Amino acid sequence: MKPMAKDKKKKGWNGFSLRPRKEMPEGLWLACPGCKEMLFRKTMEENLHVCPECDYHFRIDGPTRIAQLADEGSFEELGADLASSDPLKFTWGDEKYQDRIRVNNGDGRSHEAMLAGKAFIKGRPVMLAAMNFGFLGGSMGMVVGEKFCRAVERAVDEKLPLVVVSCSGGARMHEGVVALQQMAKTSAALARFDQAGGLYISVLTDPTTGGVAASFSMLGDVIMAEPGALIGFTGPRVIQQTIKIELPEGFQRAEFLLEHGFIDMIVHRKDLRSEISRLIDYCGH
Amino acid sequence: MKSRQGTSQPLQYLPFEEEVARIDQLIAQQGNEDSLHGKNASKIRQLQVRQTELLQKIYSNLSPWQTVQVARHPRRPILNDYLSLMFKDVHPLHGDRCFGDDKAITTALGQIGRHKVMIVGQNKGRDIKEKIACNFGCPNPEGYRKALLKMKFAEKFGLPIVTLIDTPGAYPGIGAEERGQAQAIAVNLMEMSRLRVPIVCIVIGEGGSGGALGIGVGDRLAMLEFAYYSVISPEGCAAILWHDGTQAPRAADALKLTAKELMQLGVIDAVIPEPLGGAHRNQHDTIYNVEQYIVRTLHQLKRKSIDELLEARYRKLRSIGEKCLNLAEIQPQIPERLSAKVQIEKAVQEAAEAKIEVQ
Repeated sequence: MKPMAKDKKKKGWNGFSLRPRKEMPEGLWLACPGCKEMLFRKTMEENLHVCPECDYHFRIDGPTRIAQLADEGSFEELGADLASSDPLKFTWGDEKYQDRIRVNNGDGRSHEAMLAGKAFIKGRPVMLAAMNFGFLGGSMGMVVGEKFCRAVERAVDEKLPLVVVSCSGGARMHEGVVALQQMAKTSAALARFDQAGGLYISVLTDPTTGGVAASFSMLGDVIMAEPGALIGFTGPRVIQQTIKIELPEGFQRAEFLLEHGFIDMIVHRKDLRSEISRLIDYCGH
Repeated sequence: MKSRQGTSQPLQYLPFEEEVARIDQLIAQQGNEDSLHGKNASKIRQLQVRQTELLQKIYSNLSPWQTVQVARHPRRPILNDYLSLMFKDVHPLHGDRCFGDDKAITTALGQIGRHKVMIVGQNKGRDIKEKIACNFGCPNPEGYRKALLKMKFAEKFGLPIVTLIDTPGAYPGIGAEERGQAQAIAVNLMEMSRLRVPIVCIVIGEGGSGGALGIGVGDRLAMLEFAYYSVISPEGCAAILWHDGTQAPRAADALKLTAKELMQLGVIDAVIPEPLGGAHRNQHDTIYNVEQYIVRTLHQLKRKSIDELLEARYRKLRSIGEKCLNLAEIQPQIPERLSAKVQIEKAVQEAAEAKIEVQ
């Protein structure tokens, strides 16, 4: 024991201990990007991941979204084990797309950019799908397209309303034209759903751009958006690089789209459940 | 050689055609001194044979990036060439009845073979004045809305639709976003999947992402041999992956954007051959090949009933990317999922076990 203690003393030069200092647990506090206020993470999370000061809506992943929207324990997932077959065998430098698919599902809760399944919202049965921005920017590849179409087909069969929460950067580059064609595939499935007389509520969250915005997100019978969500076809950075003009304040935000007539309403995250259930009641489902 | 080039203007050579350009120069020198029937005739013919062999060699294994360069060649036939050479009796129709008339998308009634059709095509423009008017082939939302309006008109009167795709992408601008670029494309995708007339889509040059897809949903999708079709431009892809736009050739390799590769992936239905040395060396043959394909395909499609056609169209779209793998195949240990069904089953099982223990 004694020599050990001596060693420790020796190591601690200059009177400083080399033992790791007790620090604040990481991520306990965070700065709100909206009002720059320091927030206690737990308070923010309990407030549905919305800043209590300025109503800034933080991005949330698919499982959290479903937990917020669906009645507790009612979500029954469809095609949970689908994975991309990497049709292009996409590689860049030493990196492989296939490794990305694996690494990204480390936590197992969200291994693809969309979760879809049957759920209840305030006791009303719906087909619910939510996108997962954490997985490769929520990009749409073959798995997202497939899950979406299965959900739509099930909704047609069981005459359920369809609720889709979009949160995506667009089509998945790593799957090339196969990913691009998912835009056509999901839209075609929605055409059938439309003909069958189904109600489709599309919820746009920050961000909804590219191939997702230009396909199923914008085809809702009712389109609602969360406050401040970025929604558009081309991302603002690319537009700025192309036309080299300073973009106007609030460009491509949900309020901008409401003003230009492309969405029906802006709904605060805490009101989403009641707003969706009210719409379902109105449309007689 | 002149007949192959089609016009008297000098051809612009692509970077990988240096040798071809040198031979052309040699021929020109010989030709200047003496005509084809003079004493240099045999030498000229020798050079021509060598050049043909060279072109065959180059164009039979173009790299994906070289294909992109051919597809963007300034002399490649554009929509206007097809309108004047492939269709008879062309009547352009203008305007989306809503905002304006986008010149990047041309819609016209026309006749091809014996078929009266609605033509919808993206136009890049030839000279600089035309290019500016056409916005360099980048459509705005009103272009897509115009296309849809004319396609619905075609549906009403049972005219098949032929779309010719040639765009770097939908226009990224403030106005385009204000007028709902995303919504315009989305609606086109949905409506084209259920239009009750045959639709043939052909990528004649650049197939740039959503901008191309916006008029590219139909019963058949074909590509010219050296056209490309991609989810993102190679430059854009390189900027994302390497933070460097000059890596575009590597990105083009990875994206699998050539007609041959897409055919192997099962995304497109046919590859239309181009003449020796690419479409820009012989517009007439290229357009003839496209015409043959369209006439033949329309003939096939018209024989089917429209309900059969729609079902086949849906099946075709639905099957792209249908063959997903099981997660277990790429990752042996699947973590527990948050499925209610699984949880309930587990709880029931546990309860059953507990009961047995009690007894």
